[in-house]
Amino acid sequence: MQHQSTFERVLRGVLIALVLVFFMFPIVWILLMSFQTNEQILRIPPSLLFEPTLENYRALITGRLETHAGTLDIRFMQNLWNSLILSVFSVALALVLGVPAAYAFARFRFRLGEDIAFTLLSFRFAPPLLVLLPLTLYFQDLGLSDTYVGLVWVYQLICLPLILWIVRGYFEDMSPDIEHAYRTAGHGWLTTFRRISIPLTAPGIAAAGLLAFIFAWNNFIFALVLASADKQPVTVGALAFVTASGIQYGQIAAAIVLSITPTLALALYAQRYLVEGLSLGAVKG
Amino acid sequence: MSAATLVLDRVDKIYNVGGARPVHAVRAMSLELSPGEIGALLGSSGCGKTSTLRMVAGFEEVTHGSIALAGRPIQAEPPARRNVAMAFEGYSLYPPLTVRDNIAFALKSQRIDAAQVERRVAEVAALLEIEDILGRHPSSLSGGQQQRAGLARALVRDAALHLLDEPMGQLEPRLRAVLRGRLKHYIKERGLTVVLVTHDQTEANALADRIAVMEDGELQQFATPATLRDRPANRFVGAFIGEPPMNLLPAEARAEGQGVVFDLSRDARLSYAPGEVTAPVRDVVLERGRVIIGVRPHAIRLSDAGFSARIVANQWIGDQSHVAASFSGGSVVVVQHERVAARSGERIGLAVEARDLHVFDADSGVAVAHGEAPA
Ligand SMILES: Nc1ncnc2c1ncn2[C@@H]1O[C@H](COP(=O)(O)OP(=O)(O)OP(=O)(O)O)[C@@H](O)[C@H]1O
Ligand SMILES: [Mg+2]
Repeated sequence: MQHQSTFERVLRGVLIALVLVFFMFPIVWILLMSFQTNEQILRIPPSLLFEPTLENYRALITGRLETHAGTLDIRFMQNLWNSLILSVFSVALALVLGVPAAYAFARFRFRLGEDIAFTLLSFRFAPPLLVLLPLTLYFQDLGLSDTYVGLVWVYQLICLPLILWIVRGYFEDMSPDIEHAYRTAGHGWLTTFRRISIPLTAPGIAAAGLLAFIFAWNNFIFALVLASADKQPVTVGALAFVTASGIQYGQIAAAIVLSITPTLALALYAQRYLVEGLSLGAVKG
Repeated sequence: MSAATLVLDRVDKIYNVGGARPVHAVRAMSLELSPGEIGALLGSSGCGKTSTLRMVAGFEEVTHGSIALAGRPIQAEPPARRNVAMAFEGYSLYPPLTVRDNIAFALKSQRIDAAQVERRVAEVAALLEIEDILGRHPSSLSGGQQQRAGLARALVRDAALHLLDEPMGQLEPRLRAVLRGRLKHYIKERGLTVVLVTHDQTEANALADRIAVMEDGELQQFATPATLRDRPANRFVGAFIGEPPMNLLPAEARAEGQGVVFDLSRDARLSYAPGEVTAPVRDVVLERGRVIIGVRPHAIRLSDAGFSARIVANQWIGDQSHVAASFSGGSVVVVQHERVAARSGERIGLAVEARDLHVFDADSGVAVAHGEAPA
């Protein structure tokens, strides 16, 4: 990188800036929109100068939406809370089930092992509606429809295959002899799994968990069909912003900002583990 | 000698690879190792050496048979309770720990006091010339350094049995030769019982008290290096041990008066007068008729008394002549300590003294006689 002319460096800076603007523009625009009223947003021509208002956020948090046609109750905070509960519990359950399963698939050859693993993966490419219709009937019989338990269960269709396949790869990359060495030093199988296998694949597990969280968070169709108002996540709840008297752009923008915050925070937090994971992969013998 | 430390009794290992044909990696392997003995498993790649070690260490299930360590059957025990230390063929250091901590790890979890751990780590590090890398992490080490660190981690432990899987495979020959001597001294000084896997004969000869020669999952012979050289149990061991390999020549044995003649072909033969071949050897050899004669390249004499062969190649490699020659019954390699003047294309006479003959059964390959005694 030393033999670089000023021109090259400037060009590089400009190109990076372009890419950044391209990707960041919608998000920045939404952030700006969330501090404007509907009138300010729809003004032509649009202007970057405006008096910021917290009205949109207030409406979301109190749950009262003022429109020309009157006030409307929305349950955005409840939706956000539902999203959080569903995603956190789904990922937690998928990790508890998926990590040991991934380990088993990576380390042991058993009858039908590959078939089971592939079947689990195939859940990812089955059209969700195909699964959902019969599932709704069963869930009604079982009393699971419109419960957190039922939704977390169905969300395993999204989370479990992801975790299983990503984490399995990490386990396969780790030499079993590292575990063997630890076991000959006088440790049982379970201790070795907890103290050697898990820590060494932690970056991979974090990455898989984050990805599963994002997928669970963004899920729409399962919740739309299986959850009623009080169990709905933000993805479904956002439909409420399309009201009889028009679309509430300001509130939608604020809702978007609020609903990407948890995922963003999680991603930033997980970042160091992800980076650690990359460097671990780079040095492996 | 006291009771054996390690006993393998008709051990089998069959890998069931999903769908494909099962791999029979180890077949009816029986072997006993005395306390303080160094046993080597020697054999070509894929013959089941690592599989055997892994069954002893407990990472692979024993398909049939049993394994006992210090009088206790262990094949059902988890690795943690077998009291076995192992150095692995591949990379096995724990990445987050430094080399020092990797080596000291097992000692620390045995609650050995810090000063002693420090002393023992220093000792084994000096032995393997890795003092300068003790503070580093495995990821920054070369293959050979990682391997030595792994070996150090196994050697530093007190265990009933030490399993070393190709512990010096990644090292350059010079270092290997130096470490070999030191390693043997270290092992003998502490009275460790060791199973060493290698495919380097020189290493096996230098380190091991007894060598188990394996081929295709089967134990061919388990004996001292001298016995393997002088009394190979079958033609495989005969050909496998020694460099250059033993010449194997099909022959027909017949009586000639009180003597014996081996017809190598229509016009090549080795004949022995009554006194040369002992009576018991003569009996077993004649009983077989069709045999295979094994002669080490060093044992062939240049003499007009034997059969005639044409030189194909003749190389002087500094301290010995390697001569390849062909005759009507096949080809032979001859090694002479004096320079052989003859050139390619010329004919020479080759003879073998009766005491240098190895005779194997033509069909089964099992040894019939070695020199002056039946096998
Ligand atoms: N986990 C396994 N599953 C299936 N087959 C295996 C497995 N491990 C080893 N084998 C097979 O068993 C046979 C013996 O393998 P092993 O590793 O014991 O050989 P080795 O003597 O140690 O060879 P090398 O000198 O190359 O290390 C080989 O044919 C190998 O392919
Ligand atoms: Mg091996």
